[in-house]
Amino acid sequence: MIKETRITLKNVGKINPESIDDYIAAGGYAGLKKALKMEPFSIIDEVLDAGLRGRGGAGFSTGTKKKFTSRSCQTCPQRYVVVNADEGEPGTFKDRVIMENDPHLYIEGTIIAAYSINATKGFIYIRGEYTGSIDKTRKAIAAAYERGFLGKNILGSGFDFDLELKLGAGSYLCGEELTMLESLEGKRGHPRIKPPFPAEKGVFGAPTLVNNVETLSNVPLIIANGKDWYKQFGTERSPGTKIFTISGKVKNPGYYEVEMGVSLRELIWDLAGGMSGDKPFKAALLGGAAGTFVDASMLDERMTYDNLREKGATLGSGAVIVLEEGDSVYDMLYNCLRFFKHESCGKCVPCRVGTSMLAKGTEKLRNGVPDKRALLDQMVHESEIMAATSLCPLGQSPILPLKSAARYFAEELTK
Amino acid sequence: MSTKQILEKFEPRRENLLMILHALQDNHPQHYLTEEALGETAKHLKLTKSSVYGVATYYSMFSLKPRGKFVIRVCVSAVCELMKGQEVIGHLENVLGIKSGETTPCGTFTLEIAECLGQCQEAPSMMINEKVFNHLDEQKIRKVITEYRKW
Repeated sequence: MIKETRITLKNVGKINPESIDDYIAAGGYAGLKKALKMEPFSIIDEVLDAGLRGRGGAGFSTGTKKKFTSRSCQTCPQRYVVVNADEGEPGTFKDRVIMENDPHLYIEGTIIAAYSINATKGFIYIRGEYTGSIDKTRKAIAAAYERGFLGKNILGSGFDFDLELKLGAGSYLCGEELTMLESLEGKRGHPRIKPPFPAEKGVFGAPTLVNNVETLSNVPLIIANGKDWYKQFGTERSPGTKIFTISGKVKNPGYYEVEMGVSLRELIWDLAGGMSGDKPFKAALLGGAAGTFVDASMLDERMTYDNLREKGATLGSGAVIVLEEGDSVYDMLYNCLRFFKHESCGKCVPCRVGTSMLAKGTEKLRNGVPDKRALLDQMVHESEIMAATSLCPLGQSPILPLKSAARYFAEELTK
Repeated sequence: MSTKQILEKFEPRRENLLMILHALQDNHPQHYLTEEALGETAKHLKLTKSSVYGVATYYSMFSLKPRGKFVIRVCVSAVCELMKGQEVIGHLENVLGIKSGETTPCGTFTLEIAECLGQCQEAPSMMINEKVFNHLDEQKIRKVITEYRKW
């Protein structure tokens, strides 16, 4: 029987999110105080050695990202930190839990990240629908300014950092880092071609570090407690913890922070109380719409970035959507593919045309074509072309739910 | 507040465009961006009217049509659908007597669909203006709408 290991969520429900004193009394801003006495490069090394990987879904090494950003364009007058708080992946609400319950944690992580790459300006980009997160973050920023954790000469260190809150306005695509930068500049949410990566040319053309809320929330803990403390959690290649958000047909849907490497079975039965009804487990959609379906054969696989990738599944944002026997994988898949069609920005042809074709194809699977198996194969092939030729992750995503659904549930999809 | 007063709160830089549009829309009793507001914004930021229009129409939270006093946004994403969210729209359409995308003739409610609201642990969900409502069923929907009708 596994239990939760709450490190980034340790204050949730225990402190008043609107009280900076509560946060400080719980050990908050100790990481920042320590960081400001360190050399910026040694902060980067600490995060790198701790093995922290981006919690937004890609799982890229956070320390490496910081290193790139701190080293690129030495002559640039300005560097930026951008907090990706545009949490829109269906089934995902981990960042909302942090922002609503412990906003100072990720703000502290942002300030440390800024100091480590010598950025003097940062933006938090929160999706407009997250009214609770916006409210708590706005108050937390104001309190941090009042106490001298933000602004000029932070805690007498000589380091200046300004942090500004920006709101999205209803575009899933803006959660993609380069698209977010376009939106931050006041433009339509169209993705940029990469490279250059944000580390080289980010917001306003300057070197920019883009990190997810959960990722940044780990940073103060790593600095305050050290890399060895952090590495005691999780596995060798995926150290630390991960917040999973479990929804669907389980007894206790919600958010659970566990060490990296637990299995899906443990998540569902040990933490979420098992299936909500009498019916057995049928499938889970891991990582949201841009995620993968798995069936019961995957219940005992370790949930780490690398192991799931090897098995053709994804960890993604940590969303786990559970289906019971009798629930329709077809309906879920159709929902995801309609979603991509709706959210495609239309800038590149493969995604604009492809997402429409896949949505239409799914309808045809239901409405009857002579050879449904051939149609399904063709749809998978189309999604492969999209993955190879689309500009940004949106067009590269439909293949994930489609191919995995076809792999485990072809019979249902073509019946 | 007038459009001019709102615009003066923001430095005339393009990066403030989305925040300006949010502020203008929130300020309007009918929760939408008027043509006059878009024009004034373009002037303030020294942008063409077309580029401001382009941004306003790209993002789904902005509306160029008048909306009701209360904008209802129903989550239609995968988890809410799995938890019988499809029925939520039907119940709301029945209670309000309008279809998704429409506004009641009295101008009180507008019914819209939204992508994942991040409330998946208590699905199905909707928002009315800034407030979130979870665990929706027919009874709860009727109760909530009755409350809002009194306002």
